[in-house]
Amino acid sequence: MGAQLRVYRQKIRSAQTTKKITRAMELISASRIQKAQARVAAATPYSRAITRAVSAVATYSNVAHTLTTEPEKVERAAVVIFASDRGLAGAFSSNVLREAERLAELLRSEGKDVVYFLVGRKANAYFNFRRRVAERAWTGGTDAPVFEVAKEIADAVVEQFLKPAADGGVDEIHIVFNRFVNMVSQVPEVVRLLPLEVVEGVDVPGENDTLPLYEFEPEAEAVLDALLPVYIESRIWNAMLQSAASEHASRQRAMKSASDNADKLIREYTRLANNARQSEITQQIAEIVGGADALAG
Amino acid sequence: MAATSALTVSVVAADKEVWSGQASIVIAKTTEGEIGILPGHEPMLALLAQGEIEVRITPLEGPKVSVNADNGFLSVENNNVAIVAALAELAN
Repeated sequence: MGAQLRVYRQKIRSAQTTKKITRAMELISASRIQKAQARVAAATPYSRAITRAVSAVATYSNVAHTLTTEPEKVERAAVVIFASDRGLAGAFSSNVLREAERLAELLRSEGKDVVYFLVGRKANAYFNFRRRVAERAWTGGTDAPVFEVAKEIADAVVEQFLKPAADGGVDEIHIVFNRFVNMVSQVPEVVRLLPLEVVEGVDVPGENDTLPLYEFEPEAEAVLDALLPVYIESRIWNAMLQSAASEHASRQRAMKSASDNADKLIREYTRLANNARQSEITQQIAEIVGGADALAG
Repeated sequence: MAATSALTVSVVAADKEVWSGQASIVIAKTTEGEIGILPGHEPMLALLAQGEIEVRITPLEGPKVSVNADNGFLSVENNNVAIVAALAELAN
Protein backbone atom coordinates (compact mmCIF):
# COMPACT_ATOMS: atom_id res chain seq x y z
CA MET A 1 0.00 0.00 0.00
CA GLY A 2 1.25 3.44 -0.84
CA ALA A 3 2.42 5.73 1.93
CA GLN A 4 -0.06 8.43 0.96
CA LEU A 5 -2.98 6.04 1.02
CA ARG A 6 -1.98 4.77 4.46
CA VAL A 7 -1.86 8.29 5.85
CA TYR A 8 -5.34 9.06 4.56
CA ARG A 9 -6.75 5.83 6.00
CA GLN A 10 -5.23 6.69 9.37
CA LYS A 11 -6.87 10.11 9.30
CA ILE A 12 -10.23 8.61 8.41
CA ARG A 13 -10.02 6.16 11.29
CA SER A 14 -9.04 8.92 13.69
CA ALA A 15 -11.96 11.08 12.60
CA GLN A 16 -14.30 8.10 12.96
CA THR A 17 -13.28 7.39 16.55
CA THR A 18 -13.52 11.06 17.46
CA LYS A 19 -16.95 11.15 15.92
CA LYS A 20 -18.06 8.20 18.04
CA ILE A 21 -17.11 10.12 21.18
CA THR A 22 -18.65 13.42 20.16
CA ARG A 23 -21.82 11.71 18.97
CA ALA A 24 -22.15 9.91 22.30
CA MET A 25 -21.62 13.16 24.22
CA GLU A 26 -24.17 14.88 22.03
CA LEU A 27 -26.78 12.22 22.75
CA ILE A 28 -26.05 12.22 26.48
CA SER A 29 -26.37 15.99 26.70
CA ALA A 30 -29.53 15.95 24.62
CA SER A 31 -31.11 13.47 27.01
CA ARG A 32 -30.05 15.48 30.04
CA ILE A 33 -31.34 18.84 28.83
CA GLN A 34 -34.93 17.69 29.29
CA LYS A 35 -34.29 16.80 32.90
CA ALA A 36 -32.34 19.97 33.61
CA GLN A 37 -35.11 22.03 32.06
CA ALA A 38 -37.70 20.24 34.15
CA ARG A 39 -35.70 21.07 37.27
CA VAL A 40 -35.59 24.74 36.30
CA ALA A 41 -39.34 24.66 35.80
CA ALA A 42 -39.86 22.88 39.12
CA ALA A 43 -37.83 25.43 41.05
CA THR A 44 -39.51 28.42 39.43
CA PRO A 45 -42.62 28.54 41.69
CA TYR A 46 -40.34 28.75 44.74
CA SER A 47 -38.22 31.58 43.49
CA ARG A 48 -41.28 33.36 42.13
CA ALA A 49 -43.09 33.11 45.47
CA ILE A 50 -40.05 34.37 47.32
CA THR A 51 -39.37 37.19 44.91
CA ARG A 52 -43.00 38.23 45.18
CA ALA A 53 -42.83 38.20 48.95
CA VAL A 54 -39.55 40.13 49.02
CA SER A 55 -40.87 42.79 46.70
CA ALA A 56 -43.96 43.06 48.91
CA VAL A 57 -41.81 43.69 51.96
CA ALA A 58 -39.63 46.16 50.14
CA THR A 59 -42.54 47.98 48.55
CA TYR A 60 -45.01 48.09 51.40
CA SER A 61 -42.92 48.72 54.44
CA ASN A 62 -40.53 51.43 55.49
CA VAL A 63 -38.17 49.20 57.35
CA ALA A 64 -34.61 50.42 57.23
CA HIS A 65 -32.90 47.09 57.08
CA THR A 66 -29.21 46.47 56.46
CA LEU A 67 -30.12 44.17 53.63
CA THR A 68 -32.36 46.56 51.72
CA THR A 69 -30.76 49.94 52.20
CA GLU A 70 -28.00 50.87 49.84
CA PRO A 71 -24.77 51.71 51.67
CA GLU A 72 -23.39 55.17 51.02
CA LYS A 73 -19.97 53.94 50.10
CA VAL A 74 -19.34 50.53 48.64
CA GLU A 75 -15.82 49.35 49.31
CA ARG A 76 -16.04 45.76 48.24
CA ALA A 77 -18.31 43.77 46.00
CA ALA A 78 -18.69 40.02 45.76
CA VAL A 79 -19.04 38.37 42.38
CA VAL A 80 -20.27 34.80 42.19
CA ILE A 81 -19.34 33.13 38.90
CA PHE A 82 -21.16 30.04 37.70
CA ALA A 83 -19.04 28.15 35.16
CA SER A 84 -18.89 24.44 34.37
CA ASP A 85 -16.79 21.55 35.63
CA ARG A 86 -15.98 20.14 32.22
CA GLY A 87 -15.07 21.61 28.91
CA LEU A 88 -16.25 20.58 25.44
CA ALA A 89 -19.26 22.82 25.84
CA GLY A 90 -18.42 25.48 23.30
CA ALA A 91 -18.02 28.96 24.70
CA PHE A 92 -20.09 28.17 27.79
CA SER A 93 -17.48 28.88 30.45
CA SER A 94 -15.52 31.49 28.54
CA ASN A 95 -18.70 33.50 27.91
CA VAL A 96 -19.55 33.68 31.58
CA LEU A 97 -15.94 34.42 32.56
CA ARG A 98 -15.72 37.20 30.01
CA GLU A 99 -18.91 38.70 31.34
CA ALA A 100 -17.53 38.45 34.87
CA GLU A 101 -14.33 40.21 33.81
CA ARG A 102 -16.36 43.00 32.29
CA LEU A 103 -18.37 43.36 35.49
CA ALA A 104 -15.21 43.33 37.62
CA GLU A 105 -13.70 46.06 35.48
CA LEU A 106 -16.83 48.15 35.86
CA LEU A 107 -16.84 47.66 39.63
CA ARG A 108 -13.16 48.56 39.87
CA SER A 109 -13.69 51.70 37.85
CA GLU A 110 -16.26 52.68 40.50
CA GLY A 111 -13.56 52.25 43.11
CA LYS A 112 -14.78 48.95 44.51
CA ASP A 113 -12.64 45.95 45.35
CA VAL A 114 -13.86 42.72 43.86
CA VAL A 115 -14.07 39.48 45.82
CA TYR A 116 -14.70 36.33 43.79
CA PHE A 117 -16.71 33.25 44.60
CA LEU A 118 -16.29 30.55 42.00
CA VAL A 119 -18.51 27.65 41.07
CA GLY A 120 -17.19 25.01 38.68
CA ARG A 121 -13.73 23.67 37.92
CA LYS A 122 -13.35 25.75 34.76
CA ALA A 123 -13.68 29.01 36.69
CA ASN A 124 -11.19 27.69 39.20
CA ALA A 125 -8.69 26.73 36.51
CA TYR A 126 -9.05 30.14 34.91
CA PHE A 127 -8.17 31.82 38.20
CA ASN A 128 -5.34 29.45 39.07
CA PHE A 129 -3.74 29.90 35.69
CA ARG A 130 -3.69 33.65 36.18
CA ARG A 131 -2.55 33.25 39.77
CA ARG A 132 -5.55 35.14 41.02
CA VAL A 133 -7.10 34.50 44.36
CA ALA A 134 -10.75 33.70 44.90
CA GLU A 135 -12.44 33.98 48.25
CA ARG A 136 -14.03 30.56 47.96
CA ALA A 137 -14.57 27.99 45.26
CA TRP A 138 -16.92 25.07 44.80
CA THR A 139 -16.26 22.35 42.27
CA GLY A 140 -18.12 19.28 41.12
CA GLY A 141 -21.75 18.77 40.19
CA THR A 142 -22.32 21.78 37.97
CA ASP A 143 -24.17 19.57 35.49
CA ALA A 144 -26.53 18.22 38.15
CA PRO A 145 -26.61 20.72 41.03
CA VAL A 146 -27.86 19.82 44.48
CA PHE A 147 -29.64 22.24 46.79
CA GLU A 148 -27.18 21.75 49.65
CA VAL A 149 -24.42 23.36 47.61
CA ALA A 150 -26.64 26.33 46.78
CA LYS A 151 -27.31 26.72 50.48
CA GLU A 152 -23.60 26.56 51.25
CA ILE A 153 -22.82 29.21 48.66
CA ALA A 154 -25.65 31.43 49.89
CA ASP A 155 -24.49 31.08 53.49
CA ALA A 156 -20.92 31.99 52.60
CA VAL A 157 -22.01 34.99 50.56
CA VAL A 158 -24.50 36.29 53.12
CA GLU A 159 -21.91 35.87 55.86
CA GLN A 160 -19.49 38.06 53.90
CA PHE A 161 -22.27 40.53 53.36
CA LEU A 162 -23.13 40.81 57.04
CA LYS A 163 -19.51 41.37 58.04
CA PRO A 164 -18.57 45.03 58.43
CA ALA A 165 -16.55 46.40 55.53
CA ALA A 166 -13.60 47.06 57.84
CA ASP A 167 -13.28 43.31 58.50
CA GLY A 168 -13.27 42.45 54.83
CA GLY A 169 -17.03 42.22 54.40
CA VAL A 170 -18.71 43.00 51.10
CA ASP A 171 -21.43 45.56 50.44
CA GLU A 172 -22.73 44.21 47.18
CA ILE A 173 -23.41 40.76 45.77
CA HIS A 174 -23.49 40.06 42.06
CA ILE A 175 -23.98 36.77 40.27
CA VAL A 176 -22.88 35.91 36.75
CA PHE A 177 -24.42 32.87 35.09
CA ASN A 178 -25.70 31.55 31.78
CA ARG A 179 -29.45 31.98 31.51
CA PHE A 180 -31.18 29.20 29.63
CA VAL A 181 -33.36 30.94 27.07
CA ASN A 182 -34.00 27.97 24.79
CA MET A 183 -32.14 25.08 23.21
CA VAL A 184 -30.11 27.29 20.90
CA SER A 185 -29.68 30.38 23.02
CA GLN A 186 -28.01 30.72 26.40
CA VAL A 187 -27.13 34.22 27.45
CA PRO A 188 -24.57 35.12 30.09
CA GLU A 189 -26.32 37.33 32.59
CA VAL A 190 -25.27 39.56 35.47
CA VAL A 191 -27.70 40.08 38.34
CA ARG A 192 -27.17 42.18 41.43
CA LEU A 193 -28.65 40.27 44.35
CA LEU A 194 -27.86 42.69 47.14
CA PRO A 195 -28.66 45.46 47.81
CA LEU A 196 -32.01 44.37 46.45
CA GLU A 197 -32.89 45.14 42.91
CA VAL A 198 -36.48 44.21 43.29
CA VAL A 199 -37.38 45.15 39.75
CA GLU A 200 -36.38 41.88 38.23
CA GLY A 201 -37.24 40.19 34.92
CA VAL A 202 -40.14 37.79 34.75
CA ASP A 203 -40.67 37.62 38.48
CA VAL A 204 -42.10 41.10 38.73
CA PRO A 205 -45.88 41.25 39.00
CA GLY A 206 -47.45 42.85 35.93
CA GLU A 207 -48.88 46.35 35.79
CA ASN A 208 -52.44 45.22 36.48
CA ASP A 209 -51.22 42.94 39.23
CA THR A 210 -51.50 45.25 42.22
CA LEU A 211 -49.50 44.18 45.21
CA PRO A 212 -51.64 44.17 48.33
CA LEU A 213 -50.86 45.89 51.62
CA TYR A 214 -49.25 43.27 53.75
CA GLU A 215 -49.63 42.29 57.34
CA PHE A 216 -46.41 40.96 58.83
CA GLU A 217 -46.02 38.36 61.48
CA PRO A 218 -43.99 38.85 63.68
CA GLU A 219 -42.62 42.28 62.54
CA ALA A 220 -41.52 43.35 59.12
CA GLU A 221 -37.94 43.48 60.29
CA ALA A 222 -37.92 39.93 61.63
CA VAL A 223 -39.57 38.69 58.49
CA LEU A 224 -36.93 40.48 56.46
CA ASP A 225 -34.13 39.00 58.52
CA ALA A 226 -35.40 35.54 57.81
CA LEU A 227 -36.51 36.13 54.26
CA LEU A 228 -33.44 37.67 52.69
CA PRO A 229 -31.03 34.78 53.14
CA VAL A 230 -33.77 32.54 51.75
CA TYR A 231 -34.14 34.90 48.84
CA ILE A 232 -30.41 34.78 48.12
CA GLU A 233 -30.49 31.02 48.43
CA SER A 234 -33.30 30.68 45.94
CA ARG A 235 -31.66 33.03 43.45
CA ILE A 236 -28.39 31.14 43.65
CA TRP A 237 -30.19 27.82 43.32
CA ASN A 238 -32.03 29.16 40.31
CA ALA A 239 -28.77 30.37 38.76
CA MET A 240 -27.21 26.95 39.29
CA LEU A 241 -30.10 25.17 37.61
CA GLN A 242 -30.18 27.61 34.72
CA SER A 243 -26.46 27.22 34.36
CA ALA A 244 -26.73 23.41 34.34
CA ALA A 245 -29.42 23.45 31.67
CA SER A 246 -27.36 25.89 29.62
CA GLU A 247 -24.28 23.73 30.00
CA HIS A 248 -26.06 20.70 28.58
CA ALA A 249 -27.58 22.68 25.73
CA SER A 250 -24.27 24.30 24.98
CA ARG A 251 -22.43 20.96 25.04
CA GLN A 252 -25.04 19.34 22.86
CA ARG A 253 -24.62 22.06 20.25
CA ALA A 254 -20.84 21.99 20.43
CA MET A 255 -20.76 18.21 20.09
CA LYS A 256 -23.24 18.26 17.24
CA SER A 257 -21.05 20.57 15.25
CA ALA A 258 -18.00 18.47 16.14
CA SER A 259 -19.76 15.35 14.84
CA ASP A 260 -20.82 17.17 11.68
CA ASN A 261 -17.29 18.35 11.21
CA ALA A 262 -15.97 14.80 11.66
CA ASP A 263 -18.43 13.65 8.97
CA LYS A 264 -17.10 16.30 6.65
CA LEU A 265 -13.50 15.30 7.33
CA ILE A 266 -14.27 11.63 6.75
CA ARG A 267 -15.92 12.45 3.43
CA GLU A 268 -13.01 14.58 2.28
CA TYR A 269 -10.36 12.08 3.30
CA THR A 270 -12.29 9.24 1.68
CA ARG A 271 -12.22 11.17 -1.63
CA LEU A 272 -8.49 11.78 -1.25
CA ALA A 273 -7.87 8.16 -0.31
CA ASN A 274 -9.83 6.95 -3.36
CA ASN A 275 -7.78 9.30 -5.49
CA ALA A 276 -4.53 8.02 -4.03
CA ARG A 277 -5.60 4.39 -4.52
CA GLN A 278 -6.61 5.03 -8.11
CA SER A 279 -3.37 6.78 -8.95
CA GLU A 280 -1.46 3.93 -7.32
CA ILE A 281 -3.30 1.41 -9.51
CA THR A 282 -2.73 3.56 -12.57
CA GLN A 283 0.94 3.70 -11.78
CA GLN A 284 1.15 -0.05 -11.28
CA ILE A 285 -0.58 -0.66 -14.62
CA ALA A 286 1.80 1.75 -16.28
CA GLU A 287 4.71 -0.07 -14.75
CA ILE A 288 3.45 -3.48 -15.84
CA VAL A 289 2.68 -2.25 -19.32
CA GLY A 290 6.10 -0.58 -19.47
CA GLY A 291 7.77 -3.79 -18.24
CA ALA A 292 5.87 -5.97 -20.76
CA ASP A 293 6.76 -3.57 -23.57
CA ALA A 294 10.43 -3.70 -22.59
CA LEU A 295 10.37 -7.55 -22.55
CA ALA A 296 8.48 -7.74 -25.87
CA GLY A 297 10.87 -5.30 -27.43
CA MET B 1 -63.45 41.02 49.76
CA ALA B 2 -65.92 38.28 49.15
CA ALA B 3 -65.31 35.43 51.50
CA THR B 4 -67.30 32.95 49.49
CA SER B 5 -64.64 31.77 47.12
CA ALA B 6 -62.06 29.13 47.93
CA LEU B 7 -58.40 29.49 48.66
CA THR B 8 -55.91 28.66 45.98
CA VAL B 9 -53.14 26.96 47.87
CA SER B 10 -49.72 26.02 46.71
CA VAL B 11 -47.06 24.41 48.82
CA VAL B 12 -43.66 24.91 47.27
CA ALA B 13 -40.32 23.42 48.23
CA ALA B 14 -37.03 24.62 46.84
CA ASP B 15 -36.87 21.92 44.23
CA LYS B 16 -40.48 21.04 43.57
CA GLU B 17 -44.10 21.98 43.97
CA VAL B 18 -45.38 19.74 46.73
CA TRP B 19 -49.11 20.31 46.55
CA SER B 20 -51.46 22.74 44.91
CA GLY B 21 -55.17 23.05 44.63
CA GLN B 22 -58.33 24.61 45.99
CA ALA B 23 -58.94 24.51 49.70
CA SER B 24 -61.41 25.79 52.26
CA ILE B 25 -59.03 26.20 55.18
CA VAL B 26 -55.30 26.13 55.82
CA ILE B 27 -53.89 25.74 59.30
CA ALA B 28 -50.22 26.43 59.98
CA LYS B 29 -47.99 27.33 62.88
CA THR B 30 -46.16 30.62 62.68
CA THR B 31 -43.64 32.05 65.11
CA GLU B 32 -46.56 33.71 66.88
CA GLY B 33 -48.68 30.60 67.15
CA GLU B 34 -51.23 28.59 65.23
CA ILE B 35 -53.05 30.39 62.49
CA GLY B 36 -56.04 29.33 60.47
CA ILE B 37 -56.65 30.94 57.10
CA LEU B 38 -60.08 31.07 55.57
CA PRO B 39 -61.05 32.57 52.22
CA GLY B 40 -61.05 36.38 52.40
CA HIS B 41 -58.14 36.58 54.81
CA GLU B 42 -56.22 39.85 54.74
CA PRO B 43 -52.90 39.82 52.88
CA MET B 44 -50.13 38.73 55.15
CA LEU B 45 -46.62 37.42 55.27
CA ALA B 46 -45.61 35.26 58.19
CA LEU B 47 -42.66 33.19 59.20
CA LEU B 48 -43.42 29.59 60.01
CA ALA B 49 -42.27 28.37 63.40
CA GLN B 50 -38.77 26.95 63.74
CA GLY B 51 -38.19 23.31 63.03
CA GLU B 52 -40.31 20.95 61.05
CA ILE B 53 -43.95 21.89 61.40
CA GLU B 54 -47.15 20.51 60.07
CA VAL B 55 -49.42 22.44 57.75
CA ARG B 56 -52.94 21.08 57.49
CA ILE B 57 -54.97 21.80 54.42
CA THR B 58 -58.61 20.93 53.93
CA PRO B 59 -59.21 20.76 50.20
CA LEU B 60 -62.63 21.38 48.68
CA GLU B 61 -62.68 17.77 47.56
CA GLY B 62 -61.00 14.73 48.92
CA PRO B 63 -59.34 13.98 52.22
CA LYS B 64 -57.31 16.42 54.30
CA VAL B 65 -53.75 17.02 53.26
CA SER B 66 -50.92 17.30 55.72
CA VAL B 67 -47.57 18.74 54.75
CA ASN B 68 -44.36 18.82 56.75
CA ALA B 69 -42.48 22.03 56.16
CA ASP B 70 -39.17 23.19 57.51
CA ASN B 71 -37.63 26.64 57.38
CA GLY B 72 -40.39 28.38 55.52
CA PHE B 73 -42.89 31.17 55.38
CA LEU B 74 -46.49 31.71 54.55
CA SER B 75 -47.92 34.34 52.30
CA VAL B 76 -51.56 35.19 51.75
CA GLU B 77 -52.86 37.59 49.18
CA ASN B 78 -56.11 37.73 47.34
CA ASN B 79 -57.12 34.22 48.37
CA ASN B 80 -53.84 32.83 47.13
CA VAL B 81 -51.98 31.05 49.86
CA ALA B 82 -48.36 30.15 49.31
CA ILE B 83 -46.44 28.04 51.75
CA VAL B 84 -42.85 28.30 50.75
CA ALA B 85 -40.23 26.23 52.51
CA ALA B 86 -36.72 25.08 51.74
CA LEU B 87 -37.75 21.56 52.62
CA ALA B 88 -41.34 20.42 52.38
CA GLU B 89 -43.03 17.14 51.74
CA LEU B 90 -46.37 15.47 52.09
CA ALA B 91 -46.79 13.65 55.36
CA ASN B 92 -47.35 9.90 54.81
